[in-house]
Amino acid sequence: MSVHSAPLVKPIDGLADELTKLAGSDLLALVEAADEMTLVVARDALVAVMTKLRDAAQYQQLMEIAGVDYLDRPERFEVVYHLLSVTRNHRIRVKVSTDEATPVPSVTDIWPVAGWLEREVFDMYGVIFSGNTDLRRILTDYGFSGHPQRKDFPLTGFVELRYSEEGKRVVYEPVKLAQDFRNFDFMSPWEGAEYILPGDEKAHGEAPGAPTPAPAADKPAPASKLSPEAKTKKTTDKPADTGAGKKANKAAAKKSEGKA
Amino acid sequence: MSAETLEQTESAEKRSVVVGVDEDGIQNYTINFGPQHPAAHGVLRLVMELDGEIVERCDPHVGLLHRGTEKLIEHKTYLQALPYFDRLDYCSPLGMEHSYVLAIEKLLDLEVPIRAQYLRVFFAELTRICNHMLNLGSHVMDVGAMTPNLWMFEIREDCLNFFERASGARMHSAYFRPGGVHQDVPLKLLTDIADWLDNRLPTLFEDAISLVADNRIFKQRNVDIAVCSKEDALAWGFSGPMIRGSGIPWDIRKSQPYDVYDRMEFDVPVGTRFDCYDRFMVRVEEVRQSARIMKQCLNEMPEGPIASFDRKVVPPKRGEMKQSMEALIHHFKLYTEGFHVPAGEVYVATESPKGEFGVYLVSDGSNKPYRCKIRPTAFSHLQAMDFMMKGHMLADTTAVLGAMDIVFGECDR
Repeated sequence: MSVHSAPLVKPIDGLADELTKLAGSDLLALVEAADEMTLVVARDALVAVMTKLRDAAQYQQLMEIAGVDYLDRPERFEVVYHLLSVTRNHRIRVKVSTDEATPVPSVTDIWPVAGWLEREVFDMYGVIFSGNTDLRRILTDYGFSGHPQRKDFPLTGFVELRYSEEGKRVVYEPVKLAQDFRNFDFMSPWEGAEYILPGDEKAHGEAPGAPTPAPAADKPAPASKLSPEAKTKKTTDKPADTGAGKKANKAAAKKSEGKA
Repeated sequence: MSAETLEQTESAEKRSVVVGVDEDGIQNYTINFGPQHPAAHGVLRLVMELDGEIVERCDPHVGLLHRGTEKLIEHKTYLQALPYFDRLDYCSPLGMEHSYVLAIEKLLDLEVPIRAQYLRVFFAELTRICNHMLNLGSHVMDVGAMTPNLWMFEIREDCLNFFERASGARMHSAYFRPGGVHQDVPLKLLTDIADWLDNRLPTLFEDAISLVADNRIFKQRNVDIAVCSKEDALAWGFSGPMIRGSGIPWDIRKSQPYDVYDRMEFDVPVGTRFDCYDRFMVRVEEVRQSARIMKQCLNEMPEGPIASFDRKVVPPKRGEMKQSMEALIHHFKLYTEGFHVPAGEVYVATESPKGEFGVYLVSDGSNKPYRCKIRPTAFSHLQAMDFMMKGHMLADTTAVLGAMDIVFGECDR
């Protein structure tokens, strides 16, 4: 039983079965978490499933289309549709995934409101919607390039603009920052920070409470933290290491009188 | 007065004119309305195709106020991201915060003390009054009347003073926090607001509305303008006063109650003719209902804590930090690392003064949101501008825009 005070969407008994039957084989997964239901749908069957959800399951309103970027997935983008039924007083979420090149079928024929929502996902992520006749950029500047909400797009962007007094117009220039964006990592080092604190590399293999640090034998610390391995040895162990080369002639090979 | 205002408006509209000729030799105008136009309520650029003075097509260009809020939020901890919400719809800041803190609490499954829930509802409704004062006033002024706006700004000024006394800031309050509210309010503030609700608000507000509600000119400008049927309202994703103006009794406070709205008694007004006048009158009635909710809050609000005692989410008060080492550590950790939210995703939508304001929050278990998608109310309403304007006169644009209640901080994010 949840104790939060967020909007109460009462679960509907048997809804999962109903929607599973409705979507049939086009339904890839049905997830229920945090009192919310998510349907993961095959991309090509999106329009068919959405039409059924609107007409048969009474989800009349499309409230939102959100893009999400998961860089490590082969199909990196998720397009998330939030549907609302005003008659059943219920919300569901429908998801499809795609990559940069594969278009997602547009739902503008089902809900005209999808026009701008898809334009926004296209603008922010570069997801293409096939069937949307007006897929222009919407939030970014006229003539903007790139898709700013992608995880590999830097927060500072690439261009900045200012009014040029000489040109009497607004000019675009590459971003020049007096100081880098300071992205502090406040994660505590023993709860999943991605770096190793100086000195921690020695701590491997040490039993708790051991009197002296055990040698770091089995697992060396990351290379960046140690001094780089010397390319050429610095010690002279045998005559070949001196770098003197071969003797030039017999006279040179002869040991000097005094020493012999 | 009204004619003069109208003339000025129209001369501003016709500044940039492109002339196109069709096969009959009849000229269609394409004009720019905005982005710098007093009736555009911010930075809206409307590219309109006119046949004489009849609007044939209307293409809103938005995004001139895009600040990358969602991207910025991904680089901030959950608490640092909160003030961005004040700056979305700067006419109703607390309504925006409400969705965000509820989304975090839903992911954390965090219980909020009952007094904090009352305070949130109380100030959310004050925000609604504050927002509607701006919208109703400017709507009235857009169609030519001056006086009601001045009176309603008096009320708005009072509201902003109350916000300042509660949070320290007139507009960007950052008052709702995950787990409760930032500070308790002094008793004098509550009694002052009670007094204001009983005396000043009804006097000023009803006076101002009595000037326009039955005014012939005001009705001529609004009745039967931009009629939107129930089917259209559903298909275009309307919410808030816009969907209620189209005759659908849908209010998230009633149907999906959050905080203590389930204890409140209030009515949901709906329109009957689905035009701009209905939308206006729905908002007028909502102000009265908001005052009703606020009075109930004042009557029922219990004493008690104003934020959760979960010290892994809510920082301790300063007095506690002087006494307890643990409190000091909690404070330090919460204001540097922030709290971690369990992995998962939620969509939380509340009834903001302008409609359904939603936050789709995806957490990966770290101290920063992985994705925070903001569902603005204005996006779907403004998109419907094209079909709602078709066949209307150019001068009706301001009435249609005014009845939509659009603020670009929220639309463009």
